[in-house]
Amino acid sequence: MAEPLLENITVVGASLAGLRAVETLRREGFPGRLTLVGAEPHLPYDRPPLSKELLAGTWEHDQIVLRKAPYAELELELYLGNPAAALDVGKRTVTLATGIEIAWDGLVIATGSQPRLLPNTPPLDGLYTLRTLDDCFGIRTRLDAGARVCVIGAGFIGAEVAAACRSRGLDVTVLEMLEQPMVRGVGSVIGSVLAELHRDQGVDLRCSVAVDAIEGGGKVERVRLVGGAVVECDLVLVAIGAVPTTDWLIGSALTLDDGVVCDSSLLATPLVVAAGDVCRWPNALFGGDLMRIEHWTNAAEQGVFAAHRLLSGDAETPFAPVPFVWSDQYGIKIQCAGRFTGTDRMELVHGALSDHRFVVIFENDGVISGVLAFNQPRQVMLYRRMIAERASFSDALSFAAANQ
Amino acid sequence: MKIIVDFDKCKSNAVCMGVAPEVFEVRDDNFLYILQEEPTENLRPKMEEAVRTCPAGAIELVG
Ligand SMILES: Cc1cc2nc3c(=O)[nH]c(=O)nc-3n(C[C@H](O)[C@H](O)[C@H](O)COP(=O)(O)OP(=O)(O)OC[C@H]3O[C@@H](n4cnc5c(N)ncnc54)[C@H](O)[C@@H]3O)c2cc1C
Ligand code: SF4
Repeated sequence: MAEPLLENITVVGASLAGLRAVETLRREGFPGRLTLVGAEPHLPYDRPPLSKELLAGTWEHDQIVLRKAPYAELELELYLGNPAAALDVGKRTVTLATGIEIAWDGLVIATGSQPRLLPNTPPLDGLYTLRTLDDCFGIRTRLDAGARVCVIGAGFIGAEVAAACRSRGLDVTVLEMLEQPMVRGVGSVIGSVLAELHRDQGVDLRCSVAVDAIEGGGKVERVRLVGGAVVECDLVLVAIGAVPTTDWLIGSALTLDDGVVCDSSLLATPLVVAAGDVCRWPNALFGGDLMRIEHWTNAAEQGVFAAHRLLSGDAETPFAPVPFVWSDQYGIKIQCAGRFTGTDRMELVHGALSDHRFVVIFENDGVISGVLAFNQPRQVMLYRRMIAERASFSDALSFAAANQ
Repeated sequence: MKIIVDFDKCKSNAVCMGVAPEVFEVRDDNFLYILQEEPTENLRPKMEEAVRTCPAGAIELVG
């Protein structure tokens, strides 16, 4: 059933998903009033380089703008540095922190995610999380001054920051609670490959440790571990994951449960869609399990899809992609596609783990559920396609055997 | 319609190949090869998708 013709669409969140949504709305010929609201003062920029090229010091702000074409073409009402504070679904309004009220008849929620914080940490100078351009420049200034860095959490962002520090010749300690980096997602075999990679590059990686306290007089001086060990440092980066930015939606009648819960077409409630890191939806490709994905490609694709969903009123077509993420560490291109539970059967199908050029595939319930590779982008895309087609694991193994 | 890739920006992650293998191919040497520099008009939607989803913003569509 087609929705009534929309005249007035508001997009909240001016980053990747929000930008792709407004671009898609205009490309599809939406002629009405289009408002884009963003909490940050900047026009949409690309986040992945914040922990890579920008931190390493090889790129600047102008290299990460997300849209090169003029914004005037989009004919937006643009509110930057002006976060939305409340949503009223019944009245169809968004109220900004400054009190401005914006009426809409179609809404895209794209407020992304924000770093998870360590509980009970004092507000010390030198204590950072990394999500925004401003965070990145703050950290970079300290790195320029030769800071000794302690990273808490060996996930993607923590690992990339450690790599950037090493590329500058700085001392860096990485503290991980679990027994290997990223073990929950990719399992202990790949976890130990990642651990070895960091240690070979001179990172002081300590696994199975718990942080007791971050200490210092006004500024960060040390991290104390449970058991008494101490890491002396000038900068602490807390990189222990992200949480969806839904605080402004509390009390709005939307279902919030680790994100804005949507249907398989990304609709949260009639006339309201969500896209990007903030969106949790049932992915039909994986048995309709609710997923929330914090990766670039997903945000770009959901921004486009959600905009189409709003305009077309099509509730039948599900958003059912194979999740994909990449990470660059020490010149190695790490890529994964699919879903990882940490316990799936894993098979090495190309190369050797020790060469940093290999492909492993994962099995769940008889089908190929995931692929992970170091420096093998072509192969990742071939297996990603097999995951999308729900190919059996034995077919994937035969394909691998025929492709050596 | 002509495809232009800025090879200084391209990171060889093969996302474009996932979208349109008939036009983009990343080979085992990890370099991107353009199989059709001037794809036929029926490929336009796929080319636009490739432009949008290239994480490096390296693909441009002219004409
Ligand atoms: C350092 C870093 C490195 C990364 N590297 C990779 C990588 O290598 N590969 C990969 O696949 N992914 C990577 N990611 C993840 C990727 O950047 C995200 O998945 C992507 O940015 C999500 O886009 P989004 O538009 O959904 O949300 P976000 O980019 O989080 O944007 C949400 C925007 O909404 C704004 N906002 C929040 N609340 C409000 C409000 N109330 N009102 C108005 N605006 C609001 C925020 O300020 C923000 O600008 C990385 C992320 C970070 C932080
Ligand atoms: S998607 Fe972009 S960066 Fe990746 S291979 Fe294609 S052109 Fe290069």
